[in-house]
Amino acid sequence: MIHSLFLVNSSGDIFLEKHWKSVVSRSVCDYFFEAQERASEPENVPPVIPTPHHYLISVLRHRIYFVAVIQSEVPPLFVIEFLHRVVDTFQDYFGVCTEAAIKDNVVVVYELLEEMLDNGFPLATESNILKELIKPPTILRTVVNTITGSTNVGEQLPTGQLSVVPWRRTGVKYTNNEAYFDVVEEIDAIIDKSGSTITAEIQGVIDACVKLTGMPDLTLSFMNPRLLDDVSFHPCVRFKRWEAERILSFIPPDGNFRLLSYHVSSQNLVAIPVYVKHNITFREGSSQGRFELTLGPKQTMGKGVEAVLVSSQLPRGVLNTNLNPTQGTYTFDPVTKLLSWDVGKINPQKLPSLKGSMSLQAGASKPDENPTINIQFKIQQSALSGLKVNRLDMYGEKYKPFKGIKYMTKAGKFQVRT
Amino acid sequence: LPPRTRTCSDLFLLSSRNDDLKEMLESNKDSLKLDAMKRIIALIAKGKNASELFPAVVKNVASKNIELKKLVYVYLVRYAEEQQDLALLSISTFQRALKDPNQLIRASALRVLSSIRVPIIVPIMMLAIKEAASDMSPYVRKTSAHAIQKLYSLDPDQKEHLIEVIDKLLKDKSTLVAGSVVMAFEEVCPDRIDLIHKNYRKLCNLLVDVEEWGQVVIISMLTRYARTQFTSPWREDGLFDENSETAFYESDEKKTENEDEKKSYMMDPDHRLLLRNTKPLLQSRNTAVVVSVAQLYWHLAPKHEVGVITKSLVRLLRSHREVQYIVLQNIATMSIQRKGMFEPYMKSFYVRSTDATHIKSLKLEILTSLANEANISTILREFQTYVKSQDKEFAAGTIQAIGRCATNISEVTDTCLQGLVLLLSNRDETVVAESVVVIKKLLQTQPTQHSDIIKHMAKLFDNIAVPMARASILWLMGEYCERVPQIAPDVLRKVAKSFTSEEDIVKLQTVNLAAKLYLTNSKQTKLLTQYILNLGKYDQNYDIRDRTRFIRQLIVPNEKSGALGKYARRILLAPKPAPVLESTYKDRDRYQLGTLSHTINTKASGYLELSDWPAVAPDQSVRNVEVIEPVRIHLYLYCPFPLTIQALHQGWPMSTQTFNTSSSEVESDEEKSSSQSSEESDKSSSQSEKSSSESDSEQKKKTTKKPPQKKTVKPTAKDRYHTIMKYTTLSNQPFFRSYLSSLGSRLHGFVPKKCLSRSLCFSLYTHPCPLSCAALLQVSGPAFVPEKSHDLLHRMTGKGLSAQYQFPRQPCLYQPSMVSVQISLTNTSDRPLEQIHIGDRSPTGLNMHCFNTIECLLPEASVTVSLGIDFNDSTQAANFQLCTKEDQFSVSIQPAVGELFLPITMTEQDFRQEQGKLSYSSATITMAAANTTSQPISRQVATVANLGVVPSGQDNIHRFAGKTASTGAVVLVTVELRGESTALITINTEKSVMGPMLLRDLKRALAQA
Repeated sequence: MIHSLFLVNSSGDIFLEKHWKSVVSRSVCDYFFEAQERASEPENVPPVIPTPHHYLISVLRHRIYFVAVIQSEVPPLFVIEFLHRVVDTFQDYFGVCTEAAIKDNVVVVYELLEEMLDNGFPLATESNILKELIKPPTILRTVVNTITGSTNVGEQLPTGQLSVVPWRRTGVKYTNNEAYFDVVEEIDAIIDKSGSTITAEIQGVIDACVKLTGMPDLTLSFMNPRLLDDVSFHPCVRFKRWEAERILSFIPPDGNFRLLSYHVSSQNLVAIPVYVKHNITFREGSSQGRFELTLGPKQTMGKGVEAVLVSSQLPRGVLNTNLNPTQGTYTFDPVTKLLSWDVGKINPQKLPSLKGSMSLQAGASKPDENPTINIQFKIQQSALSGLKVNRLDMYGEKYKPFKGIKYMTKAGKFQVRT
Repeated sequence: LPPRTRTCSDLFLLSSRNDDLKEMLESNKDSLKLDAMKRIIALIAKGKNASELFPAVVKNVASKNIELKKLVYVYLVRYAEEQQDLALLSISTFQRALKDPNQLIRASALRVLSSIRVPIIVPIMMLAIKEAASDMSPYVRKTSAHAIQKLYSLDPDQKEHLIEVIDKLLKDKSTLVAGSVVMAFEEVCPDRIDLIHKNYRKLCNLLVDVEEWGQVVIISMLTRYARTQFTSPWREDGLFDENSETAFYESDEKKTENEDEKKSYMMDPDHRLLLRNTKPLLQSRNTAVVVSVAQLYWHLAPKHEVGVITKSLVRLLRSHREVQYIVLQNIATMSIQRKGMFEPYMKSFYVRSTDATHIKSLKLEILTSLANEANISTILREFQTYVKSQDKEFAAGTIQAIGRCATNISEVTDTCLQGLVLLLSNRDETVVAESVVVIKKLLQTQPTQHSDIIKHMAKLFDNIAVPMARASILWLMGEYCERVPQIAPDVLRKVAKSFTSEEDIVKLQTVNLAAKLYLTNSKQTKLLTQYILNLGKYDQNYDIRDRTRFIRQLIVPNEKSGALGKYARRILLAPKPAPVLESTYKDRDRYQLGTLSHTINTKASGYLELSDWPAVAPDQSVRNVEVIEPVRIHLYLYCPFPLTIQALHQGWPMSTQTFNTSSSEVESDEEKSSSQSSEESDKSSSQSEKSSSESDSEQKKKTTKKPPQKKTVKPTAKDRYHTIMKYTTLSNQPFFRSYLSSLGSRLHGFVPKKCLSRSLCFSLYTHPCPLSCAALLQVSGPAFVPEKSHDLLHRMTGKGLSAQYQFPRQPCLYQPSMVSVQISLTNTSDRPLEQIHIGDRSPTGLNMHCFNTIECLLPEASVTVSLGIDFNDSTQAANFQLCTKEDQFSVSIQPAVGELFLPITMTEQDFRQEQGKLSYSSATITMAAANTTSQPISRQVATVANLGVVPSGQDNIHRFAGKTASTGAVVLVTVELRGESTALITINTEKSVMGPMLLRDLKRALAQA
């Protein structure tokens, strides 16, 4: 399946290669570089590139291209999903997935890749299993290893590999038994010029951090499970139980994992938590344009809107801007024409606004279209859809765990057309 | 030492550094060696050549340090192909490691051995693979499945032998192996569909528990399989595919003619099994799995069922950019054929300014396909925003999309055309040019009304520089020159001036325009035409020279031109059919969805065609597997010496003929049984029971026959010290049952602890349950069968059909995991009821064995039928429909928790032993006075739950044992009388839900009278 993997950085250098079958010359990446040159933006490189003898399937994350070389028919998503899993694993191991981190840990990276694929077919991708095979590098362990000569490599087959719960390792022990669940909802919306909603939907995830001793069997129930329209589960969740009772019943993996992602049915009207008043005008024949933007909260259930960040790609004709924010800071990059305004928290009594003028290229005609405004924000302690966890119970172990649940709403792809 | 970046230029430095690496590798210290290896790996990772270190590295292949060894493996695999002779030095190390007691070491030795691409070791690899394929560790067997593909790519001549191994591994019941072996099958012998037959049902049932990557491979293989084995579920009246609703109603009218045909289609139960078992995977977190299920439904499911995949596919659009790209491509192909599927989710395909270019164009594609009379205005409004986008390429794409909508939906053609004409005054050239091209195509469909648009475009000609647009305008002028007689010659005049500097495509159209004008209006254009033809004659491009020559011969009359000249007008000015604007995704579904070939729209190497449905289904019975006996017992005996069976069953009235398995199996079974043992747990295919530990599935240990036909089982040479025998029997042969238990106890003494070989350790590792326990966990007959029957269907609601059910408490004949239910049906009406059968059921995954359709039930007659229902160890009601010829009645069977057990017998000692392993719940109750003697208590308990009585030494303690029907988890109940009227009930079971429920029921029963 996957023949080879090349890691390419943003300047187009191959800084790591790994082959699972016979070696493929790195010159195969020339086709990729060609496509890269043709693309105006890094994201525009097509994920699948056919070459005379191979197919290149790539993903772009953290400004690194992971280019897999394929020789024959394979579901492209299979490869894409796997590559993303590799990136997730690196992130899990090294904290960040950057070129520097990968280069620093090149041996661990190699060991990982060796375990994750055999002959191009995934062997172990479950993080709990991998961590038993190859321990993540920590400073302490590095020091200990240098002194004692012990290694990061496990000698026994991880028990998970053979058990019916491959995602959980055995013999887990904690002094503080804790289980935390974060319900994070993202709202995707397109708002049109007049402020009316063109489309809005809520997608949510429940991320868990479970540190429990032994083999706990958890059940999590919701007050209003009907809200969940479409769900996808971590393999640990018992599907039949969900089908029958709308209860999440599972033996959790150890550590961090995504328990569930869901989609809230679009029949429910989505409350848009912020509104934008804007007045962006360009006049024909004038080298000045007006720019006015005011943000305000709307339907936030009494919670504050935080970490607001506004960004907008201004038309090419804009040379510079001269704007005045009532709060926060704004930057404008004259090369990429990207305007971004870090607002911070919205104070309902004193709405933040950004006003001023834009200077346009002299003689150039007025841009056809006003820029789109992208907004990011966070609302703590509330899930926009109203989803509420009812209770969490633990079976199979005798101790009392500490349980915590947190709600948060975030803007996903939130765009305002002006 | 951290690896340092080196430049290629300091080659000298590099070689000297390699020298110090060599030194380090030859030192005695592991830490130095390890450092050296780490630096070498860093070199390899960068793509630098480190092959000259091969001899120094390969020496360390047998190192004790596991990390060092692993790194050496990595190096070896990378360079062995280049250094074949030296690589051979390492082989013996691997051969030794293949026999290591640690399964991880065996597996990794096989991985490396098979990855060394040295043709000379092919026989060694073959042998290793064969051995590993019958290893007792499923992990090693998985590795051997991977090795098959490696060996095949190294030496395709081994194919036949490898197919044997694949066949063997396909029979493997471990979920770990399934994905890998199917992968090997796909690579080595995808055409040997016959190997799948017997394993088809098993694969379907295991699917949920297979790891996600294996799921993808298995699903795509099963898709191909199903296309060759089942008949098409798609209706013959496929004309109505587009809109399933009309198809539904239309079919009513057509019923008379189609009736025979429709009735004759019955979906093969195996086909249904596949669809049913893959559906839950739509909820997988792995996008590849979701899409592979989606394609399976698309290619295999009846048209009206395909809709279930929509939501899941739309959900994937939230995933990474690359995932979106592939999913959108698949949706694009689907939405052309089935608009209705994605129309409700139209807004999910709205374009955001932050989307990547290829995502944008795919979304446009889909929106265009989804457009219909009802939603076109919304879509056009959305398109208007896109046209203004700063991304001009995208704007151009939108214009094409508008063009497509305009041709497809005649109501909006005019609106679109006007909108496009407005765009002609756009400032951006690409937008204008694209509009011209699209308008040209649109005008062709209805040229009569639009001469003013043509005039407008003629005016634009001066300002437009994009060749395609210029060519389009010229073509329009020529085609409709009679509508714009004033303007066309003028345009020709202008273009004649710039002819030499035009692009080829414009030149060709100029020549065309000249020719057409010459024919219609030769007075004004004769000279111009000749001028252009002269320019064209000496053009650099041969196409243009050719065209010019052809046109000249055609239109300018001379003696040589002959007959054709007369028809010039008819040739050049023939009415031309309007172009059809269609999607590039039309017909993409000739490739299986979700494949690479579908993505790149050409056949990728190794693509396996999806065959058409067969007209007649091939033999269905090929998939039948021998019936699994309801109760099976595994018995493993480890003997230090040749064991004479005869000695053991002396005095037992058993002839060898009782067992009809062939004797040749005896020896091979030895190995097999050991491998099967670790996989018994897979039997519990129900997902909800994943949690149940291995030990509990061991306890419901079952198997079929193994004959002691040979009088003496000889230990094989290589494994002298353990002989594994497998005894099996049918449960309804009581003499044999007791034979076994006695055999078990006799053999107990034969097992000297000292002789435990490693394989025995392994077995014990996977079999926490000791010999005696396995042998004794047998289902006994029910202690008590309550007569109570429950109403299933009242005669009033059932229009005369009444039904009652009761639990006969017998092990189910159909499948051991089912609970048997007896239903008595009575016809209380005054007319016969026909075709009584079971219809739809829910939850849809409900595994149920239906009774055969009752053709006719006369008035006042009643009949008793039996059902098998797998309640899956939950008291959730089984809902289904009881259908007669005319009516359907929804009914449900809700079992009391006690009915989900099967009684088992065990000794008091075993009972205690088991008790210690299981978690418990208990309660103290006050009992009704009548209950204090032993008899009523057993009776009371047995009434509530189908449990067996365990003989008890103490008078005040009553013990009961049973196992759950579906997963075979042991349930132990103890009732301890304390004083006159209090009792302590303790329930030991793994099942965290059933335990408390049973306790509640027991409390209630005992506290009452």
